[in-house]
Amino acid sequence: MLEVIDTYGWRLVDGLWTTIELVAIATVLGFVFAVPLALARVSRNPLFAWPAYAYVFVFRGTPLLIQLFIIYYGSGQITAIQDTWWWPHVREYWGWICGIIGLTLNTAAYTAEIVRGGILGVPHGEVEAARACGMTTPVLYRRIMLPRAFRIAWPAYGNEIVFLIKGSVLVSTITVLDLMGQARSVFSRNLDLNTYVIAGIMYFVMIYAFDKGWRAIEARINRYLGERPDAKRKVVPEPA
Amino acid sequence: MWDLLQYGDQGYGDELIRGALYTLMLAASSVVVGVLIGLGLASAKLAQTPAIRRTAFGFTAIFRGVPELLIMLVVYFGVGIAINKLVGLIGYESRVEVDKFAAATFALGLVFGAFSSEVFRGAFLAVPKGQIEAGLACGMSRRQIFFRIRMPQMWRFALPGLGNLWLILLKDTSLAAIITYDELAREARTAAENSGESFLLYGAAGVIYLVFTAVSMVATGRLERWADKGVRRA
Repeated sequence: MLEVIDTYGWRLVDGLWTTIELVAIATVLGFVFAVPLALARVSRNPLFAWPAYAYVFVFRGTPLLIQLFIIYYGSGQITAIQDTWWWPHVREYWGWICGIIGLTLNTAAYTAEIVRGGILGVPHGEVEAARACGMTTPVLYRRIMLPRAFRIAWPAYGNEIVFLIKGSVLVSTITVLDLMGQARSVFSRNLDLNTYVIAGIMYFVMIYAFDKGWRAIEARINRYLGERPDAKRKVVPEPA
Repeated sequence: MWDLLQYGDQGYGDELIRGALYTLMLAASSVVVGVLIGLGLASAKLAQTPAIRRTAFGFTAIFRGVPELLIMLVVYFGVGIAINKLVGLIGYESRVEVDKFAAATFALGLVFGAFSSEVFRGAFLAVPKGQIEAGLACGMSRRQIFFRIRMPQMWRFALPGLGNLWLILLKDTSLAAIITYDELAREARTAAENSGESFLLYGAAGVIYLVFTAVSMVATGRLERWADKGVRRA
């Protein structure tokens, strides 16, 4: 195991950095995309609600692998892209760009559903109170609905980001050298299973650290709710 | 262009359909393995011995915190290497190749088991305690209570969670394409590479996955209603 770290450690660390970069960018872009999507989804106007529903259904109903393949290989089929003036500049990073696009579109669909759940979970009384205070709908959303919805959706959103981290390994199939891509490339050379074990430990630690941080933030932003019985998520062993 | 989807020698329709069947087979066998592992882990988590509980929770944490693809690759390559090494110890040269279907099933089953163990644990805890006491009062043994009271009622609570996991599993079967098991995603990929029509063929595969998802959603909804039929609605 030590020799793998010795020889290829820097490659794995390099890949880890790419993974973090991909996930961070896709999370931010996906979130920006997901909020309007969620608002469209809860809209009473079918002109907004239906396309949003169709988007969510398609991206949640197909494997991320297929989505990445369509974006990456499909874009290779459009020869017009290769004739543009910017193609020579991006060609080297095309897999990376397609990875970002795929992960963003995918996580946006899941996040939209989570935000929607949060919006629907805002207690009705708070909305009525806001209306009674004379808030208009945009103000109501900005001050009451969305801040409240995010706090409600926070744990589920953390789960989605964990899934995004785990899903990001698939960009290795479209030539991106993320942690998984580096691990696969190293393994194809040294055929040492420890390579995958080390990569697995790195993913595990990354996800574990993220989860800890996320819960710490959750405890902070939901502090005003006071101590809740499920706040510690303690496991209660069943009585005999 | 559309004739690429024809059934027969001219198109890839038959390959895609075969791939779809392989996808369903893999999903079905993984769910069986996964439910068994999940039930086992859930009972371990509810066990009275702290060591058993802790082991089960640790197991779950590992298989939930490591990407599915990595688990599949380790199972696929690792088991083969381990067998060859063992056989090598006895003094024989061996080149055992692990069956792709078995490796994929086992890997997906492990992941499904880790996630479903939490669903099952919650479901077991959701069975009202009074019923267990009632069983004891009737003179049932622990085993009888388990099979006659807790197990049958647990399913009702577990179904929604299991339905979600099934949808995730259905899509995760596409990972088996990476260890070259000929399921839908891999058939689509081969076809797309041969014909150059990526949009069409990956699109067709996507539509098949969507149909599977849609059918599963309707089916799990029905199943939940069926399981809830003895329950009074508030």
